[in-house]
Amino acid sequence: MTLTTSSDLPATTEGPATTLDVSHLDVIYRVRGSDRLALRDVSFSIGRQESFGLVGESGCGKSTTALAITQYLPRNGRVSAGKITVNGKDPAAMDKRSLRKFRARTVSMVYQEPGRALNPSIKVGRQVAEVYEVGGTNKSDALARTEELLRLVQIADPGRVLRSYPHQLSGGMLQRVMIAMALASEPALLILDEPTTALDATVEAEVLDLVSSLRQQFETSVLFISHNLAVIAKMCDRVGVMYAGELVEQGPALEVFENPRHPYTVGLLRCVPRGGQRKDHGRLDTIPGFLPGPGEIQVGCVFAQRCALATERCTTETPPMYEVGPSRTSRCHYHEQAPELPRATPEDVQLRSPNTTEAPVIRLRGVSKTFHVRGEHVRAVVGVDLDLKVGETLGLVGESGCGKTTLARVLLGLTVPDPGSVIELEGSPLAFECTKRNRKQLQAMQIIFQNPDSALNRRHSVRHIITRALKKLAGLSGDSCEKRLLEVVRSVRMEERHLALRPYQLSGGLKQRVAIARAFAGAPRVLVCDEPTSALDVSVQAAILNLLADLQSRERVTYVFISHDLGVVRYLSDRIAVLYLGQVMQYGPAETVFSGPHHPYTESLLSAVPSLDGTLRERIRLKGEIPSAANSPSGCVFHTRCPRRLSSGICESTEPPLVEVEPDHMMRCHIPVEELRALQAKEDAQPAS
Amino acid sequence: MTALDPTGFPAADEAASAVVSGGTSIGAAGALDVSVGRIRREQLHQLLRSKTFVVGAVIVLWWVVCAIFGTLFVPFNATATDILNTNLAPSAAHWFGTNNVGEDVFSRVIVGARDILEIAPLATLLGTVLGTTIGLAQGYLRGAVDMIVGRIVDAALALPIVIVAFIFVVAVGPSTLTLVVVIGFVFSLIIARTVRTAVLQERELDYLAAARLRDERVLHVMFVEILPNVLGPILVEFTVRLGYAIFTIATLSFLGFGVQLPTPDWGADVASNYGYLAAGFWWETLFPALAIASLVIAINLIGDSIESVLIQ
Repeated sequence: MTLTTSSDLPATTEGPATTLDVSHLDVIYRVRGSDRLALRDVSFSIGRQESFGLVGESGCGKSTTALAITQYLPRNGRVSAGKITVNGKDPAAMDKRSLRKFRARTVSMVYQEPGRALNPSIKVGRQVAEVYEVGGTNKSDALARTEELLRLVQIADPGRVLRSYPHQLSGGMLQRVMIAMALASEPALLILDEPTTALDATVEAEVLDLVSSLRQQFETSVLFISHNLAVIAKMCDRVGVMYAGELVEQGPALEVFENPRHPYTVGLLRCVPRGGQRKDHGRLDTIPGFLPGPGEIQVGCVFAQRCALATERCTTETPPMYEVGPSRTSRCHYHEQAPELPRATPEDVQLRSPNTTEAPVIRLRGVSKTFHVRGEHVRAVVGVDLDLKVGETLGLVGESGCGKTTLARVLLGLTVPDPGSVIELEGSPLAFECTKRNRKQLQAMQIIFQNPDSALNRRHSVRHIITRALKKLAGLSGDSCEKRLLEVVRSVRMEERHLALRPYQLSGGLKQRVAIARAFAGAPRVLVCDEPTSALDVSVQAAILNLLADLQSRERVTYVFISHDLGVVRYLSDRIAVLYLGQVMQYGPAETVFSGPHHPYTESLLSAVPSLDGTLRERIRLKGEIPSAANSPSGCVFHTRCPRRLSSGICESTEPPLVEVEPDHMMRCHIPVEELRALQAKEDAQPAS
Repeated sequence: MTALDPTGFPAADEAASAVVSGGTSIGAAGALDVSVGRIRREQLHQLLRSKTFVVGAVIVLWWVVCAIFGTLFVPFNATATDILNTNLAPSAAHWFGTNNVGEDVFSRVIVGARDILEIAPLATLLGTVLGTTIGLAQGYLRGAVDMIVGRIVDAALALPIVIVAFIFVVAVGPSTLTLVVVIGFVFSLIIARTVRTAVLQERELDYLAAARLRDERVLHVMFVEILPNVLGPILVEFTVRLGYAIFTIATLSFLGFGVQLPTPDWGADVASNYGYLAAGFWWETLFPALAIASLVIAINLIGDSIESVLIQ
């Protein structure tokens, strides 16, 4: 340990065996004069140096638990029963002064958005040093220790970072700074609330590695909150699954995920496409129904109304914490049967495979887009050639800033590409601007946006939103429009009564269904899906992915599917294009891209994704950050971060062409494909270190 | 909308937001059971519970009643001079006293609400409609339209509104129509600025990209897609401008370019009587001035409470 330990630090080396003990915690929020139970009977404990994960969908009470521990509940919230002890002390019993001390020294918290947790007008160094100054260190000492600390969180150039303002640093760098700040006081308990949700997978992997190693070094206990099951599986010794304010299951992380004993955990795990699952293998399972409001269920099991195993008993008798194994509990009367939970969605699926012999519906040749920003030329998309076949899904994959969304917007005519680009729809060239395309061409291409709150006009009813699309795109009016409206609404599994509602009256999943209905209103040929499920919970995501697969098969639509979640992309895609700095690095059938041989960049992306079953394929880590598109590296654009860069120097000097290395499989790399295959196969055979 | 959820628990989507906003619930089919009507009703309730709104509304209502029915219940004819009873101090017969030509000050204050409450709302309404249109066009079309209109707005706003109005009134001659048009036009430039800012925020949202992909006409996008989403700031701007309009009209009347004597008018009455302050006849000036102040303050109170309800 490189940090000097001052004598007034709390007892991190001695003290009780558990760092955090939460027992029978109830939290109530008072909303408009009535009390709502947000947490009910939550009990768990975290031992010395243990890391405990809280997992669950939004609104299940994960963050409320963290707020209760730090005594940061909003003014209308209070702990109504139960007890929290941190390092043997009860923060609720502390006076203001000792509570301040407690927050400064015993518990630290790292939040989801590092950009918003730092003061934008104060240099980073000043903000980190403050943590030491609060502890009584003088200014110059504090600054020296800050620099040391930043080096510890693997920031290569701490001097520069110290002198920077938060907006000058990337998200990954900021999150490192936040972690450094959180650890500066050498807390007994570190709470991480979705620390990597806002980051790219490659950066996430680095940050997670960092947290793991620092945890050992600082001997800190960790409470890790995430909606991402795989991240929890990777990071935590034990896990607690939360649902509707209750801890429904807990136990050792890998055991819980391998052999879940609560129907909710079972359902949640089935929603996630994994292990190479694809749309033609079968539908994803879903969890029917909706999360009840806080405190809505007073008696019985909170999950009963959505559970296929539920009986009379589940609604009348609140299940206790059943011991279901060594240090494992489940709050289910029928925990023995939980693994055999009947499917909510039938698995059988008849999907038509895409027609690969027909002429492509979209042909892109030499599509480029350069943004001119303050005298700089940002090359967002560089010479992309792609063919989209009828009824297939093309997955676009890459880190943020790689040009996925720009390419999609160019295709739609929302962004005007550079002169010389060619976009053809069914053989005839398309105008660059959507306002210059005719109705038929507009009708042929539509989009489902990432965020339905932004994509749907919040002042218009569902009926208005879909009808307008039917009128303008399908050219319908009167009775035929009304008839088609009902058809479209039913095809996205919504009901007539939803028509009168406005977007803010709908849940996230229903909003996205409205957006899908609108996109399908004009019977498009090509549909761009720009991260359509990334704002949704996994159980809702599964339903939306099933819907997209069904609609595609029925309507013979071609999808351009953009997602940062490789599992989701793999599930839905027939072919995949991997983009880096606006260039296609690899392009081929989905299975080939995923099973290899991979382009080194694809390989890095794949190994950054944590997997649920613990079979980690973490072979390589991308170091450094994605270079600015205004200043692309010479030669191969990926050479600055490439783990397999050739020593001959060709990667730095010559840009490799995109060549067909196998039938229908293109790659942009100097390393011959056979060599890549051999290299990757060799490492696959070795156990991950 | 279906019946309200009897349980009325907070939204399940985001625990944190539910805690703050609360009162909504995901029903059996996942629809949040909050109807538009319920939100409107709740906002209205909040308004009625706020003291500032109630006080403001009562005062404004009082002056509106005076403007419409004032002539029916005033004790004296507001324009009847009485040379035998000039400059009388407030008494049981003349509550606010009489002025230098013997007119009853109380009656003149009551009836004097009429012209100002006719011109100010009309001018503000004109300004709001015009300003909203300009702001929508500026914010949505950007480019040359935004540039040119933006510079005109800057130039117009560099001059005090009273001076601009003054020049026009001198050129065209004072009349109700002139006042409405001049004040409405100048206000429209200020309102356009507010609307433009609101539209620029909307412009970033994807529903407008979706509209472009449907080939919607510009006017449809401006008035059907964007306008409903920027009504909040427009409503607040309307109330604020209404207060300013009253002030401007009173000022012009004071300067002699507004409502012409002997028609009772607060501004003009202050102007024709403040010379007698030195003689101790304070009531002739004070009561019309108080009337102006009370109306402007009341309207601002209403504006503030509407804003605070809408911002939540």
